Amino acid sequence: MPLLEASGISKVFGKLTALDGAALTVGENEFHGLIGPNGSGKSTLMKCVAGAEVPTSGKVSFINADITAFTPTERARAGMSLKFQITSVLPTLTLYDNILLALQAHSSLVELVFSRTRRRLHDQVMSMLQQFRLAGRAFDAAATLSHGQQQWLEIAMALAGKPRLLLLDEPTGGMSLEERRVTGELLQPIKQHCSLVIVEHDLDFIRDICDRLTVLDQGKVLASGTVAEIQSNKSVQEIYLRRA
Amino acid sequence: MLLIALLLPLVLQDYLTVFATRVIILALFALSFDLVWGYAGIMSFGQALFFGAAGYGVALMARDLDITSIFLILPAGTLIGLIAALLLGGFLLLGRYPSSVIFVSLGTLTGSYAADRLARGWYYLGGQNGIPSIPSLSLGSTDISEGPVYYYLALGILAVVYLLCRFLVRSQFGLALAGLRENEQRIAFFGYKAQHLKAIVFAIGGAIAGLAGSLYAFHEGFVWPNILGVVFSTQVVLYVLFGGSGTLIGAIIGTVIIEGVSFWLSDNYRDVWPIILGVLLLLVIMFRPLGLISFVLGERERVGRFGKAPKETRNAAP
Repeated sequence: MPLLEASGISKVFGKLTALDGAALTVGENEFHGLIGPNGSGKSTLMKCVAGAEVPTSGKVSFINADITAFTPTERARAGMSLKFQITSVLPTLTLYDNILLALQAHSSLVELVFSRTRRRLHDQVMSMLQQFRLAGRAFDAAATLSHGQQQWLEIAMALAGKPRLLLLDEPTGGMSLEERRVTGELLQPIKQHCSLVIVEHDLDFIRDICDRLTVLDQGKVLASGTVAEIQSNKSVQEIYLRRA
Repeated sequence: MLLIALLLPLVLQDYLTVFATRVIILALFALSFDLVWGYAGIMSFGQALFFGAAGYGVALMARDLDITSIFLILPAGTLIGLIAALLLGGFLLLGRYPSSVIFVSLGTLTGSYAADRLARGWYYLGGQNGIPSIPSLSLGSTDISEGPVYYYLALGILAVVYLLCRFLVRSQFGLALAGLRENEQRIAFFGYKAQHLKAIVFAIGGAIAGLAGSLYAFHEGFVWPNILGVVFSTQVVLYVLFGGSGTLIGAIIGTVIIEGVSFWLSDNYRDVWPIILGVLLLLVIMFRPLGLISFVLGERERVGRFGKAPKETRNAAP
């Protein structure tokens, strides 16, 4: 049984059909890339899976449960986490507080009011920051980070709740080559406990870290398979050649 | 500042002590709005509803049941504010999906307006005239009437409520509120029940407004429909914007300055004082959108810091 199974997902915005019966299946500890030309519906599919958009029709199952009608909060509590395309770290808070905010999301109200988990979570906050090479700046405001560092902070925040599935929407957007390489390195270790769905334009990056790929074109799945299978797929080559 | 406040009744004439007491009660009311707007980002345009409902509630207790004991009146006022806010907040905030700012502000505004109209039209509540001649608050067999004793009572309550709010906004709960205010959608994706957080703060705000309303009713000795209405609800928004929202002390400073300046202006410029006050408010909101408090507090300090750096980390950081 796969970890995530989305099938027959359609999303219509007025007269525009963004998704037309798209599907996505992700197994345990699998890194799955979602690619396709601009406007093919990648981000919309991601949002339908995460609960940021309600699909017009279709079904999403996660860890053997139908979560189609779940709110984002309920999905997060079920073990799903999303990193938005636009960085949405909380700029006025310190890096430390950003991570703490993400970590304490599952604390009870009483624990929050009396700050009972602060001490327990301290080590976790610092080790997350260490893992993402941000520990030296723990007590600076998040707004002072470079764009790439903000993306890392955001990935760290998305991982804080120990999700089973992490959805990353263009994690390397606006990054330098070196930053992209480091991002790939930072993501590798999480494979031990987490699956990943990643929307990305940088095909080299996708090829390096993903096990399987799904290609979308005009709201439909064009192909799905291992990286090697997709690379040799004629129709996939065609849409990328057409774009070039 | 607390010291000045403590010594004030010793130097002020009686009528000024009464005025100062009223300002303190209004500051308590401003604190309730600041918690709701400045910390949880809920635009409540009807905060007077909770203030007034509690005022009317305790006035009725005194008129019809002869209850004036401070130990019953103040908890009852707080409870009335809490329940009213739970009901309205439950309706406005606890949908399956987040409610828009417009919906919440119009909803609270409507609540306040409707309560005002209801009080005006309802004979039992005294109609336009409200409920006059509320007896004094009592502690055992002693009466607490307006003057230095009431002043210290109000000041003590303001201090306690201020400290409790401060404890709350600096806790991990306060960090969750900071997240809520900055990006509600984001924190929902972490697994926070954002609407529940809002409803809780809204209810606490209602309780504090109710406490202030019951103190106000017994201090003034009467209640009338204006204390439920939209104008009074807007007044508290101005106190907080003027002083600086999202800082508890800003709400208090805003109330003291606006009330103090209006008092002085109305004495010296009898005809034009509302215009002068209006211009003053406009200037502050245009040039100091974060309120007067921003002269002394930076943005970082305003938001606060929740995680503490252990000493060695603090030294190691560049």
